[in-house]
Amino acid sequence: MIEFHLNGRSGLSPYQQLVQQVRHALRLGLLKEGDRLPTVKDVASQLAINPNTVLKAYRELEHKGLVAARPGVGTFVTRTLADKSLSAHGPLRKELERWLTKARLAGLDEESIEALFLSTFRGAGEEVA
Amino acid sequence: MIWLTWRQFRGPALMMAGVLTVFAAALAFTGPGLADDYAQGIAACTGQEGGCTRFLDRFLDSHQSAFLGVSGLLLLLPGLIGLFWGAPLVAREMETGTLRMALTQSVRRTRWFAVKIALVGLATMVAAGIGTLAVTWWASPLDKSAVSSYPRLEAIVFATRGIVPVGYAAFAFALGVTVGMLVRRALPAMAITLAAFALVQIAMPMFVRPNLAEPVKATATFSTANIDGVGEGGLLHVQAGVADAGAWILSSRTVDKDGRTVAVIDLPDADMAKCDAPRQPAKAMQCVADTANRLGYRQEATYHPSSRYWRFQWTETGIYLALALGLTGFSFWWTKRRL
Amino acid sequence: MSTVIRARGLGKKYRQRWALQDCELELPAGRVIGLVGPNGAGKSTLLNLAAGLLAPSSGSIEVCGGPPAADVAQLARVGFVAQDTPTYGRLSVADHLTLGRRLNPGWDDAVARERIDRLGLDPKQRAGTLSGGQRAQLALTMALAKRPELLILDEPVASLDPLARREFMQLLMEAVAEQELSVVLSSHLVSDVERACDYLVVLVDSRVQVAGDLDELIATHHRLVGARRDPATLPGSQQVISASHTDRQTTLLVRTQEPILDPSWSVDGINLEDLVLAYMDKSAPVVRRPRLEVQR
Repeated sequence: MIEFHLNGRSGLSPYQQLVQQVRHALRLGLLKEGDRLPTVKDVASQLAINPNTVLKAYRELEHKGLVAARPGVGTFVTRTLADKSLSAHGPLRKELERWLTKARLAGLDEESIEALFLSTFRGAGEEVA
Repeated sequence: MIWLTWRQFRGPALMMAGVLTVFAAALAFTGPGLADDYAQGIAACTGQEGGCTRFLDRFLDSHQSAFLGVSGLLLLLPGLIGLFWGAPLVAREMETGTLRMALTQSVRRTRWFAVKIALVGLATMVAAGIGTLAVTWWASPLDKSAVSSYPRLEAIVFATRGIVPVGYAAFAFALGVTVGMLVRRALPAMAITLAAFALVQIAMPMFVRPNLAEPVKATATFSTANIDGVGEGGLLHVQAGVADAGAWILSSRTVDKDGRTVAVIDLPDADMAKCDAPRQPAKAMQCVADTANRLGYRQEATYHPSSRYWRFQWTETGIYLALALGLTGFSFWWTKRRL
Repeated sequence: MSTVIRARGLGKKYRQRWALQDCELELPAGRVIGLVGPNGAGKSTLLNLAAGLLAPSSGSIEVCGGPPAADVAQLARVGFVAQDTPTYGRLSVADHLTLGRRLNPGWDDAVARERIDRLGLDPKQRAGTLSGGQRAQLALTMALAKRPELLILDEPVASLDPLARREFMQLLMEAVAEQELSVVLSSHLVSDVERACDYLVVLVDSRVQVAGDLDELIATHHRLVGARRDPATLPGSQQVISASHTDRQTTLLVRTQEPILDPSWSVDGINLEDLVLAYMDKSAPVVRRPRLEVQR
């Protein structure tokens, strides 16, 4: 079981944050296939948020095929995001570290590195889309 | 709804019950003694020379402070009930906001108000009824002895005996509720209620009660009974007097033979000289009275006879109950439309 | 979607002053509706009219399909938690539950007792000695145990500290998850509205400035920043809510269903607070400052 939290400064709406947190937990292996998500009522009560928001997040996860709702029982994880990508993490991390060293040698400070990374990341995202 | 009203009203009701019990117990404790003293005194003086006038005066004198104190308490009771039960009944709920809680339960607001006003209003009338019953019983020997100084129809005795206190209490309560509803604050509502009630209580015996029935007009000739004394140069001191001992005298004046009101009766010196009999004051007085009668002087009085007592009690109670009903009707309308 | 509150030309006048005037409103059922607006916009008056505590001076209002507080059945359909959550100070917590049980035909005593128990309130304690937060919880418990179709809350958390506020909202949200319930909640705390509500109404000067699904409103409003230009040159599908200019730059807040393709704008999403403020500003009367003039 995981516990949700909301960050007022994240810029994401509450429902997006819930979706993101489930995906994150799936990716990190905190949630595995067959695990039950907290009930809508529990999440609504614990976070003092609208139950419809929780429902909407769960529906989106369901739509993406990550969870399945079993009426009267609860919402269960049907797929995990961890297996495929975890193995690729290591090599990618190594490459990124090499790139970071290069960037520092070129005289970029932390802030410039972050800005460069984010703008490239966003630009690449738009191309793919 | 009855449960809620009772739950809210329980404290004040128990307090009033306590006060009334103490008051009634004190009266019950002293009452029989008072009645015995009176009965013995009357038995002793009956048939004696000079009658019972002296005993009655003495009896009243020795109990006057208790008599006035008890009557005064009962005079205050209706006003106090209106003040403490009526004014905050709705105003306090407005002040604390609980009105909004009460009116959003599944109870019609008219029912909410009806139960409140009926229950507390009834308690008000019962409290006043017990008070007046106790006082009327306790004070009956005193009232009999006070017939001439405090006629039964006049202010303090009339207002604190019989059934009128119940009418006063109902009116004071309804007035308090209505004022509270309009002012929406308990404390100012209490002050306004007190002022308005006092005003009505003063106006009633001054302007309304005398006109509840056509006063009786009486014209009397002079006799030794109603002449107090004779002054220098033949000025008579006249005392108002009607045959009915407990009557409520509204006016009394002396008129001459042409029907004009005169301030003093000025008998001619010649007549006064004829009546001069220093050794026999009674005879002299009779002579003076005869002279005044012969010259056409008369004593005119308007009054309500003591036999009208219960008629006045019922009429006045009716007036106050009608006022209370009118105010209640208005506050019902206000509850429905404006609250 | 059915309507839970419908107002037509609704107005309420106190002596000479209109607290609410010509209000047109249609609120969907089954939602948690946040009613926000500046002080004096008529929020509280509107909610009191909906609860049947006030009678309209003009126009009409319907709640759950009928005039508010018209009869016992109508009264039973609407729960109300008033501003500052008043309770009977001299009555105990248990007395309040008895009151609710005796005055409401649909009263759910088991739920009420369970909630009071879980909140840790002593049934014997007098309501007058409860903290503000506990009093609010008691008032909310009573309104919920009535099993209403519509729950109206008039600034319920305005005077509470953050912890009590959170606990109050937790109880409310739990009830929304459990009961079939429409909620209308007025607040000036945007953060509460953002979490608790899924429908937003911005009320300024008796008028509904904007009303709609919260996520949809957020998704269709954008902030555009770019070189100075006249907002009138925007495409018709983009409705300008607010605009500000410097000598070089123009910042706009626009509402549009379509994507913004113009590359000369830098487009940014907005949060709820910005959205609410923009709509409040938009309708604010223009105050003309007297200009100093040189006397000749």
